[in-house]
Amino acid sequence: MRATILRGRAFVVRDERGAPIDDIDTDMIFHNAHLALTDVAQMGRHAFGNLPGWKDFPQQAQPGDILVVGENFGCGSSRQQAVDCFRALRVAALVGESFGAIYQRNAINSGMPLVVAPGVVRRPAGATGHIATGDEIEVDLAGGTLRNVSRGEAVPGAQPLSRVQLDIYQAGDLMAYGATAKG
Amino acid sequence: MGRAIIEKILAAHAGAAAGEVAPGRIVWIDLDVRSARDFGGANVVEQLRRAYPDGPHLDDPRKTFFTFDCVVPANTIPYANNQHACRTFARGAGCRVFDVDSGIGSHVVIEQGLAVPGATVVGTDSHLNILGAVGCFGQGMGDTDIAFAFKTGRTWFEVPESVKVTLVGRPSGRATAKDLALLLCGRLGSKGLLGRVAELYGECIDALPLAGRVTVCSMATEMGAIAAIIPPSTQVLAFCGRRARRPVDGVYADPDAAYAAAVTVDVSELEPQVARPGRPDDVVPVAHVGDVPIDSVFLGSCTNGRLADFVEVARVLRGRRVKAGVNCSAVPATREVYGELLRLGVVERLFRAGVNVSNPGCGGCAAGQIGMTGKGEVQVSTSNRNFTGKQGAGRTYLCSPATAAASAVTGRLCSVAEVVR
Ligand code: SF4
Repeated sequence: MRATILRGRAFVVRDERGAPIDDIDTDMIFHNAHLALTDVAQMGRHAFGNLPGWKDFPQQAQPGDILVVGENFGCGSSRQQAVDCFRALRVAALVGESFGAIYQRNAINSGMPLVVAPGVVRRPAGATGHIATGDEIEVDLAGGTLRNVSRGEAVPGAQPLSRVQLDIYQAGDLMAYGATAKG
Repeated sequence: MGRAIIEKILAAHAGAAAGEVAPGRIVWIDLDVRSARDFGGANVVEQLRRAYPDGPHLDDPRKTFFTFDCVVPANTIPYANNQHACRTFARGAGCRVFDVDSGIGSHVVIEQGLAVPGATVVGTDSHLNILGAVGCFGQGMGDTDIAFAFKTGRTWFEVPESVKVTLVGRPSGRATAKDLALLLCGRLGSKGLLGRVAELYGECIDALPLAGRVTVCSMATEMGAIAAIIPPSTQVLAFCGRRARRPVDGVYADPDAAYAAAVTVDVSELEPQVARPGRPDDVVPVAHVGDVPIDSVFLGSCTNGRLADFVEVARVLRGRRVKAGVNCSAVPATREVYGELLRLGVVERLFRAGVNVSNPGCGGCAAGQIGMTGKGEVQVSTSNRNFTGKQGAGRTYLCSPATAAASAVTGRLCSVAEVVR
């Protein structure tokens, strides 16, 4: 069984004024210049390569980090590389206010845990439930709870994964799931 | 309680679980068509080979297709390799390839009678929801999803909420389907329909021919929607029936269908619109953008690559020329459109007016079939996305074919009214 309670360092995507960066599209996450890449291991160094000010993300991210993002993250194209580049960097999970629909499926289907938590980046510094980069956070995929361990606070609003989503996660990815069960 | 269109389509594909179809529930559905483009296709093949080394890889080869449209013909070795990997796989698996001469996959499946009202179609194209133009549920998905669909013919889907969007009023004579699409994008915003399906209603929607429906539905993705669906007109049903060589029925919402929201958008006296660089939802009337000199024009894409779009361009360019120094390219959506343009003499008219007409495909919308924009270049495009970096290093404005053609003539962003009186 894969763990359904994940703990890791939060890496929060905010602009220099501390505001969320919404609508980060797949071209900002993984630019179309690298689309012909098929080897996941090669994809990590392009993560956020076209998001102004975030070129050094691949150097900053550490294995086990939990990426925390704003609204409509991953809108745009259907490219799975925009999920795979984070898998390549061994990002443990994605927590976001909302996601592009195709992006959300891509993450779940490739075994990357993705948790929807409205308001998670918008909460201002100082407010209960604020998460800053570097905080240790814990997310319960099945229970739908999020905690800021560093501050000893619950972060409200996280939603649990559905049964199918958990089953796919447990199988490893959708292909592995398909080999065992089919709807 | 009555059902919305998407709920009815999903229920018809959910087998015994039809009764469980309700917004928020996850259901397994059968997929009538499964496709992959050159973009993503090679990854699909690789995933299938890895997960099932001994095959078989396809649930049903007759329902499985490759459509090459992104970089056609391939202009980089990696793309050529990827396309050829798909071709070789398809030969072995016995499924059909719409190859580099065919055009944009989402349009090809309509022309081929594969995407018909009420059907379910998936592929690696994020704009496959364009099929809402014929009352069909199309959905773009990633490689793993599509590999799974190729193998099993099914997928899981969370039944989306539906929003009823009604356009009221009569647009000005200068506004086109693209101006309606841009207005909706501007009003509803990039997240306005996030995760939802919009059903589109209103007199100006009913009156749209197929090409205009395609244009409006193509921008659902830019509003975050799962899809925008237009209830098929008798004209659309006849078109799809002819192509499928069998009668087709439309799927319509129940009169008492429950919607998560109802939105009314006033389009009275609507004038031509434009989306400013970087955001498809940063929309203003063309008349309000001020003086914007342009360097290049791209006419085409899945949004505006139909016959009617180029006929409109030719009308604006009649007796005029693309301004010297402006680089203007036209790319028909499909081989069929290209053939019609040739037959009607439109290609020659565009050529004489100074337009560079290319072979069918995604053209300037994808990775540079007809070139990219350079740093500082200002481009006017009829496509659906102008995210920074997508079409190159330049800045892209989105507009209708008529606005684009008029701008090509004057060398600055302007409304057609300035050119054609
Ligand atoms: S024209 Fe552009 S948006 Fe449409 S399918 Fe091609 S790449 Fe995608």
